[in-house]
Amino acid sequence: MNEIIEGLIEALRLIFSGDPIVFGITLRSLYISGTATIISLLWGIPIALLLGLRDFRGKFLVKGIFNALIGIPTVALGLILFLFFSRSGPLGFLRLLYTPTAIIIGEAILVTPIVVSFSANALEAVDPQIMDLAKTLGASEDQAFFAVFKEALGGILLAMVASFNRAFAELGVAQMVGGNLDGFTNVLTTTIATDIVRINGIPTSIALAIILLTVVFGINLIVNAFTRRRK
Amino acid sequence: MTCIAELRNVTKTYDEIMALDNVNLQVHEGEILALLGPSGSGKTTLLKILALIEKPTEGEVYFCGKKVTEKESSQVRMESTMVFQKTAIFNTNVYGNISYGLKIRNVSKNEIDEAVKEALTLVRLEGFEKRYARGLSGGEQQRVALARALVLKSKLVLLDEPTANLDPKNVSIIEEIIARANRELKTTIVIATHNIFQAKRLPQRIALLAEGKISEIGTPAQIFGSLSKTLRSFAVLENTFRGEAKPTESGTTLIEIGDRLQIEATAQAHGKVSVFISPEDIILSKEYFASSARNIFKGRIVEISDMDPVVRLKVDTGKPFMVQITKRSFNEMSLNLGAQVFLTFKASSVQVIQE
Repeated sequence: MNEIIEGLIEALRLIFSGDPIVFGITLRSLYISGTATIISLLWGIPIALLLGLRDFRGKFLVKGIFNALIGIPTVALGLILFLFFSRSGPLGFLRLLYTPTAIIIGEAILVTPIVVSFSANALEAVDPQIMDLAKTLGASEDQAFFAVFKEALGGILLAMVASFNRAFAELGVAQMVGGNLDGFTNVLTTTIATDIVRINGIPTSIALAIILLTVVFGINLIVNAFTRRRK
Repeated sequence: MTCIAELRNVTKTYDEIMALDNVNLQVHEGEILALLGPSGSGKTTLLKILALIEKPTEGEVYFCGKKVTEKESSQVRMESTMVFQKTAIFNTNVYGNISYGLKIRNVSKNEIDEAVKEALTLVRLEGFEKRYARGLSGGEQQRVALARALVLKSKLVLLDEPTANLDPKNVSIIEEIIARANRELKTTIVIATHNIFQAKRLPQRIALLAEGKISEIGTPAQIFGSLSKTLRSFAVLENTFRGEAKPTESGTTLIEIGDRLQIEATAQAHGKVSVFISPEDIILSKEYFASSARNIFKGRIVEISDMDPVVRLKVDTGKPFMVQITKRSFNEMSLNLGAQVFLTFKASSVQVIQE
């Protein structure tokens, strides 16, 4: 019990004293997960638009695959990516293994099914009359399309937050393709997992866990407040 | 009479189903034209083709004398607008909804503010700018939709059953707005309706639509005066009865509609007639009550349809009567299937058409 309380006090000291190691890891985590989320949105939203607003053969199957991939275990994806990025793997020539770029690519792939499924569902849930309504009010095809997108914005925002949270809080991919190299590829989750077994590592782990939870809950609160304001 | 929009030999099929069958229709500038027909007769499809949001399978659409090509359709859409039966509302406030079309047209902020205010006054929703539009009642939402269409001052406004499923108060407000827009803004209006009374009250012309075909077009007097076969075929759907009329000593008319039922009307008629009673004009009560109304019938509720915010009830009095009441009244009266009720309506609410 003492160990926990002492760890907690030391963790708070590390946070409030602006410990450079703790803040370095936090910023790296934010950068890697943020970039991964942006990349997943860039390629995920067009796929979601296709799935949400257009009808084509095999749509049901494609949606089913994306839905199933939401729950992919991060270690499994980490292993696949490790094999691809390793020296002897098909992408070994890129020399990406144990770099932040490898984690960004891995996390972007990990969260893409969330972006696609959540956004496609949000787009499908928009009143089908909105497109026609916009047109009858004088909108061009593109403007009418944008009107539908705007209606789905709440759901798309939720997809973005869920994706960021998943990327920010995952361990498997970051550990296996990032390698948790100090000052280079170590992020919040990998450092928490490894520091816990290091001598005097508990306070750092607690401090990083507090930051991890604060960021996740903080973002959710902001998004909730934003979506409420839209009403 | 200048023609503002025209359909020439328009046919529309969805897969194997024919929604419109070789329709020819001219909409005259400044008129209110009612498309009268039962559900599924093709009214919505016809309006959507006029609004250029559906393409005809065959045939042509003309606007102000010019054939509308695919390339020009988005430009021509600027001249007309449509209000849907199931109110479509953008997920924003009332101001955002009404200003949408004006923003598309790059109107300045000051002009938009002024126009939105005017439109809200027209639909009697002054001061509603900042209200969340989807939080309004069904009737208020439909009035926002109407304001959103009228604010554009389009040459042609297409209304698809704008008062269906609304309570009587909102129905009369919306009908008044439509009449005012036509009278004061000179807006040409095409209104789809299955309500015979609305078709009698509002338009200068009526087009009867059945099974995707226009069977007759004429003034309300011509259409109702002749009591066409088409009209009778779908008029029987709601509170329409045929019978023998004979004058009473007090100057009213008594119509025997069968099953020992008699309806009293103020209109003068004799011999074979058809009578209509609007479902909104019938007062429903659980107990008999004395009133000046000449028609009181006892019956049982045999069907209940919840069409929020109103409830439609089928009451068997020997003949089936449709009655429309607000959901609030329905709940307060604790009505249920099989309940005994009384129907009361005035002799002046009975429309009589001599055959």
